[in-house]
Amino acid sequence: MAKVEKKARSEGALSDERLRELFREMLLIRRFEEKVEERFRAGELPGFLHVAIGQEAVASGVMAGLEPDDTIMSTHRAHGHTLAKGTHPNAIMAELYGKTEGCSGGFGGSMHLYDVANGMLGANAVVGAGLPQVTGTALAYQFRKEDKVAVAFFGDGATNTGVFHEALNLAQLWKVPALFVLEMNGWAESTPMSQHLPITDLSQRAVAFGMHSIDVDGQDVEAVFTATKEAREYAASGKGPVFLNVRTYRLVGHYIGDPQVYRDKDELNELRETKDPIELLRARLELSDDEFEQLDTEVTAIVEESVAFAKAGTDPAPEDALKWVYA
Amino acid sequence: MPELTYREAVRDALSRAMREDDDVFIMGEDIAEMGGSMGVTQGMLDEFGAERVRNTPISEMAIVGTGIGAAMQGMRPVVEIMYQDFLTLSMEQLVNQAAKHRTMSGGQLKVPLTIRTQGGAGWSPGAQHAQQFESWFVHVPGLKVVFPSTPEDVRGLLWSAIYDDNPVVFFEHRLLYPLKGEVPDELEPIPFGKARIMREGADVTVIAIGRMVPEALQAAEEAEALGISVEVLDPRTLLPLDEEAIIASVQKTNRCVTAHEAVTRGGFGAELTAVVQHGAFDHLDAPIERVGAKFGPLAFAPAMEQWAVPHAADVLEAVKRTVARA
Ligand SMILES: Cc1ncc(C[n+]2csc(CCOP(=O)(O)OP(=O)(O)O)c2C)c(N)n1
Ligand SMILES: [Mg+2]
Repeated sequence: MAKVEKKARSEGALSDERLRELFREMLLIRRFEEKVEERFRAGELPGFLHVAIGQEAVASGVMAGLEPDDTIMSTHRAHGHTLAKGTHPNAIMAELYGKTEGCSGGFGGSMHLYDVANGMLGANAVVGAGLPQVTGTALAYQFRKEDKVAVAFFGDGATNTGVFHEALNLAQLWKVPALFVLEMNGWAESTPMSQHLPITDLSQRAVAFGMHSIDVDGQDVEAVFTATKEAREYAASGKGPVFLNVRTYRLVGHYIGDPQVYRDKDELNELRETKDPIELLRARLELSDDEFEQLDTEVTAIVEESVAFAKAGTDPAPEDALKWVYA
Repeated sequence: MPELTYREAVRDALSRAMREDDDVFIMGEDIAEMGGSMGVTQGMLDEFGAERVRNTPISEMAIVGTGIGAAMQGMRPVVEIMYQDFLTLSMEQLVNQAAKHRTMSGGQLKVPLTIRTQGGAGWSPGAQHAQQFESWFVHVPGLKVVFPSTPEDVRGLLWSAIYDDNPVVFFEHRLLYPLKGEVPDELEPIPFGKARIMREGADVTVIAIGRMVPEALQAAEEAEALGISVEVLDPRTLLPLDEEAIIASVQKTNRCVTAHEAVTRGGFGAELTAVVQHGAFDHLDAPIERVGAKFGPLAFAPAMEQWAVPHAADVLEAVKRTVARA
C-alpha cells in the first residue's frame, strides 16, 4: 500500500528573507486578481474569469519547490499559477484584454494562458483534461532522461472525471516524473464536496493507484514548499509520481460575479478572517504596518502598470483568428 | 518493386521511422507481444523494445492525452486506438486538446501526434466494432484526416503523418489489411492534399475512400462492359482535401458519385457533394449521387450487415442513375 504522509507546518524550511519574497509574490497575485475583478466589473474584460483568492500559497509554494525548467499545466483558475511560474504580469493582463502582447497572443484568454518558454504549458478549461498531457510530458522527460518534472494543478471536482483516473493510473504504472497537485477547496462551482464526493480524504484516490501522497496545508506557503520540494526529489529520482493533497480555501465565488447563493455567508466571513494565507503569513512574519504598506505599494504599482500596458496593447487583426490553426 | 500487404506497409512505415528517429514511439492496447489486435505491429517489440513499443491500459483518453503531452515536448508518438469505435472515448482529448493547443497558445505549441485506428464492416462484429465515422473529424479545425486505400498509399501517407507537425487521425480499414500491392523500394512520403486518380474515365467520376475504392474499381470494370467509362478518384486525405483535382475530374466527366462505407447521412460524401456542386455547377449533367451505409447501427447477422453497407453493386447502380439523366 502506498504511503500517505501527514504534513504539519514545517517552520524553518525557508529563511525569513525567502518567506518575505513569497509573501510579496502572494500579495502581487492577490492584488492582480482584485484588479482583474475590478476591471471585469467595469466592463473592460471580455469573457469569463475565475480568480483564486485564498489559494495563493499553493501557487507560490509549489513553484518555490520546483526547479526553473520544470513545467506546469493549470486549470480555469490559472492567474496565480502563471504569475508564480514567472510570466510577467503585463503579459497576463494583456492576454485578459485580448491583446497581441498577451502571453497567448490574444488567442487564449484567462482560461487558456500559455507561456511555454517559462514552462507554463497551458491552462485548460475542460476540467481534468490537462492531466494525461502532464503524464505524457513527464513521459517525454523520462524518455530523454531529462532532469525535469511536469506538474498538474486541478481541483477536487476534477478528481471525479474519468480522465483523472486514467492519467494517474498510467503515470504511476510508468513511474513518470510528474506531480499531481490537488487544490482541495471543497467546491466544484456551487456543488459542495458532500454532494460530489463519497469520501473526504482524496489522497485515497492516489493511494489506490499505488501513488505516494502527501497531505499539505495549502494556507501555509512554507508547508507547500517543503512538500513540493520533497515530492519533486522523489519524482525526479525515478521513484514515480507524487500526489499532493493540498487543503485550501476558495475565499470568493467560483467566477467573478458569482452571487454565491449556495454558500453560508457567516461561514465564508469566518474563513476569510481565519484562513486568508496572506494574513496568516503576514502575522507569522510579524510585518509592521509600514513594511506591509511598502510591499503593497510596490505590487500595486506593478499591477497598475500591467493594466496600462494591456490597454496600450495592440488589437489583433480579426482575420488573424486563423493564423495558428495548423503548424 | 516489392509487394507488401496493406498491413505490412503500415508496419514498414512505423519501423522505418523508429529506426531513424528516437523521437518516434508507439503505444496502444495489446500492441507489444500480441502485435495489436490486427497484427499490424507484430515483431516490433522484438526490434525496438518495450520502452518504444508500449502496451497501455484500456484508457483511451489517457492514450491520446499522453500522446499529446509527449508530442508537445517534440516527440512524435504514434498511438493506436484498437477500434475506431473507441475513438469516441478519446474525443475530448482529440477535439478540445490536440486540435486546439496551437491556436489557444497563439502558436507556441505544436502537437505532432499520429492517432492510428481501424474499422469497417464485413466480419459481423455487430454495432460496436465496425463503424466508420471519419467525417466527424473532418469537422474539427486543427486536425488532419487521412484514409488510405492501398499499400503504397498507406505507407507513404503514414510517414507523412508521423512527420506532420499537427495531430493526424489516420484511418485504416480492416478488410484492406490483407490486400497486396506494389510499393517503391524506398519509402516515398506522399504529401497530404493530393488525390490519386485510380482509374481514368470519361462519363462519370466516382470519388471513393477506404474500402469503397476497390469496390468502386470493380464497379468501374462492370460499367465498362455496359459502355460507361468511369473515373475513380481517391482523395486519400480528407483534411486537407484536394478540391482542385476533384473539381477538375467532374468538369471533365460532368457526373459524380461519392462512395464511403460510413452511413450516407452527414457523411463525407455530403462535403464532397458541396465541393463539387460549387466548383463544377455548370458542368453537372445529373444530380450527384451518394453511396454509403444505410442509416442504422450495424446489425450482427451477416445478411443484415451486408445489406446495410455498400458494395460495388451499389456504386454501379448509382453510376447508372447518373448516366440515365441524359
Ligand atoms: C469537463 C467539464 N465539465 C464541466 C465544466 C464546468 N466547470 C468549470 S469549473 C467547474 C468546477 C471545477 O471544480 P474543481 O475541479 O474543484 O476546481 P475549482 O473550481 O474548485 O478550482 C465546472 C463544473 C468544465 N469546465 N469542464
Ligand atoms: Mg474545487
